[in-house]
Amino acid sequence: MDLIFAGFEVLYRWDVALALLVGSIGGVMIGAVPGVGPAVAIAILLPATFSMDPIVGLTLLLGIYGSSMYGGAIPAILINTPGTAVNALTTYDGYPMTLRGEGRKAISIAYTASFIGAIISIFCLISLAPVLARVAPMFGAREIFLAALLGLVLVVVSHRGQSAIAAALACLGIFIGTIGLEPVKYTKRYTFDQSWLASGVDLIVVVLGLYAISQAFMLMQGDDVKTRRVPLGGGMFQGLREVARHPRVTGVSSGFGVMMGIIPGVGEFTSQFLAYTYAQKTSKRPEDFGHGSVEGLIASESANNSVPAAAMVPLLALGIPGEELTAMMLAVFYVHNVVPGPGLFQNQMDFVMAIYLALLFLNILVMMFLLFSTKALMTVARLPNRFLGVGILTLSFVGIYSLRNSATDCLMAAAFGLFGFILKRLSLPIVPIIMGIVLGGIMEAKLRIAMARVKTPFDFIDRPIAMALFIFIILIIAFQIRSAVIESKRRKEAQWSTRSASTRFGTLLSRRRDFLLTERGKRLRAERSMLSRPSTDRD
Amino acid sequence: MSDDPFPASKGPQRGQILFALAFAGFAIFILSNLGNQTTWAARTKLFAQPGFWPGVAGAGMVLFGLLHLRSLRRGKGLRRPWIRREDRAEARIWLQPLEYTAWFMIYVLAVPRVGYLPATMIFAPALTWRLGYRSPRMLWASVAFGVSVVLIFKGLLGVKIPGAAIYEYLPDGLRAFALRYL
Repeated sequence: MDLIFAGFEVLYRWDVALALLVGSIGGVMIGAVPGVGPAVAIAILLPATFSMDPIVGLTLLLGIYGSSMYGGAIPAILINTPGTAVNALTTYDGYPMTLRGEGRKAISIAYTASFIGAIISIFCLISLAPVLARVAPMFGAREIFLAALLGLVLVVVSHRGQSAIAAALACLGIFIGTIGLEPVKYTKRYTFDQSWLASGVDLIVVVLGLYAISQAFMLMQGDDVKTRRVPLGGGMFQGLREVARHPRVTGVSSGFGVMMGIIPGVGEFTSQFLAYTYAQKTSKRPEDFGHGSVEGLIASESANNSVPAAAMVPLLALGIPGEELTAMMLAVFYVHNVVPGPGLFQNQMDFVMAIYLALLFLNILVMMFLLFSTKALMTVARLPNRFLGVGILTLSFVGIYSLRNSATDCLMAAAFGLFGFILKRLSLPIVPIIMGIVLGGIMEAKLRIAMARVKTPFDFIDRPIAMALFIFIILIIAFQIRSAVIESKRRKEAQWSTRSASTRFGTLLSRRRDFLLTERGKRLRAERSMLSRPSTDRD
Repeated sequence: MSDDPFPASKGPQRGQILFALAFAGFAIFILSNLGNQTTWAARTKLFAQPGFWPGVAGAGMVLFGLLHLRSLRRGKGLRRPWIRREDRAEARIWLQPLEYTAWFMIYVLAVPRVGYLPATMIFAPALTWRLGYRSPRMLWASVAFGVSVVLIFKGLLGVKIPGAAIYEYLPDGLRAFALRYL
């Protein structure tokens, strides 16, 4: 309880309250505009918070981080276009509800489910805080290295069907992070004798390039999307009643969100997958899912909105981001001289509690704001795409140029923008690059410290947490290899249109040899029959 | 809507082979330059060598880049010829944002000379015009957007964007104001 009061004291300032208000309302508006997203907004606004107090700047950006998903549900439900990537599943059941004249009810359900998910998550976080404060110091260099490696492995395997390129892009991220002066020996790495590469590639430049500028290019290169205006039906407070009718789905989905948020590298998509599958399997009307199911909407929204608070656990306790937004939040913390990790929990617990409370307040503020402003937010959501591209490009300049007043940074960001544009055109993932840059740096520093005390390879995993993390990593990799083998077998079976015959390379060769021998036999018999005519041909 | 809300993502096939080839080529280039671009520190263990992590990253890029390339070659729709007409068409689309990159860089280079406010007031409506919005409403909206961005970020939030060379020619009182807020 003392901790909670201490947290209140940190937050009890007019500038923090203002930052929280601006951040949460701004986050909702940014989330409501399809094509912008919180990552772009945080990257653009981060340099603007340099001159603010750490708690003010952090609260502002935390507001955007925690509230964007609320806004993202509005266009997902009303115009079938997710405002943020994690709202994609919301379109599945939200838009059909709008089509049958229940738009307002769907939005209300989404808000309520999101709110409950977020509140459950924050209360879990607050109650976990003392445990985390005890566990976090047990994480030494090798445990943090292994946790970062686990995060990277999970990010890679979470891209189903694209694991190889996700791993390659994560390695590219690690490589980008190593460019410039090496921090211990001060030797140059991959600078190609160019002075502008000596200071390395700034994370903000990469993020703004890959997310903001590439998105601006995508929008400007495409056409404006015409959206249907559908009359909104249903009441704004109906959602409360609907969510109250499905406490099991709400609770379990939020639980999935909390669990998946805590595990680095997993995030919203996996929690939504688990929650939605659970809701569908246990529903009395599973056939409604994908056609405007209330339970489906509750599952997807409560699962995705319970992740941001839970994702703060590995970030604050270990300094390890779980996904792109927390990776950006890590940069935000560093910029404001707050170093997340075990030390933060040991020395600045009041600050940690203040962040949790800020998350709680911003959810309440957002909920109040949304209940009365949905109609106005729809106008924001309908901004023409290409005009939005102009806006993002103009704002990107502020984010990049204000870092170091460097035109070279802008050029680098534009190059990353082109690269991001290509990745988006090909539907290839960008997240592994960002995670590679952030986690690669952590892994390099921690491995160096850890190996100084390691005599034999087994020493590295001789502590319980390190051993558990190591086993977890091995299991995930083994499971991934098994899935890849099964998938390859299935593809071969489809290609050869056979399920019973073996598709192993040796068996294929043997089958080919048998086929050739049979064909040769047929040919030889045909030739011989021509030479020795049958007796019936005699005169 | 499809029946599976969580399909395994593969992405469109057009252009994939070009990207995979370019990526693998870049990865091999990076790895082959490991010796030239990093130094070997004496009396230092392998994992603490400056080249260790770039080496790990480069090796990973080569390994997984080639695996990705191999997975594309095995795909049904990507049999010979390696680069097809739709791949070339996709590559042409990749080059289209170069024009917007040029616009952006002109804007970047103009700011320290012309000033943040004037450059933004020219850049936003000009690009809006270029994108095909010709109505006075959209053009005025772009001007208003440009002005508000400058006022919020430089005037209100005090973001570090240097004053322009052209502001030096302004009268004393106005010059200080323009250098600080515009």
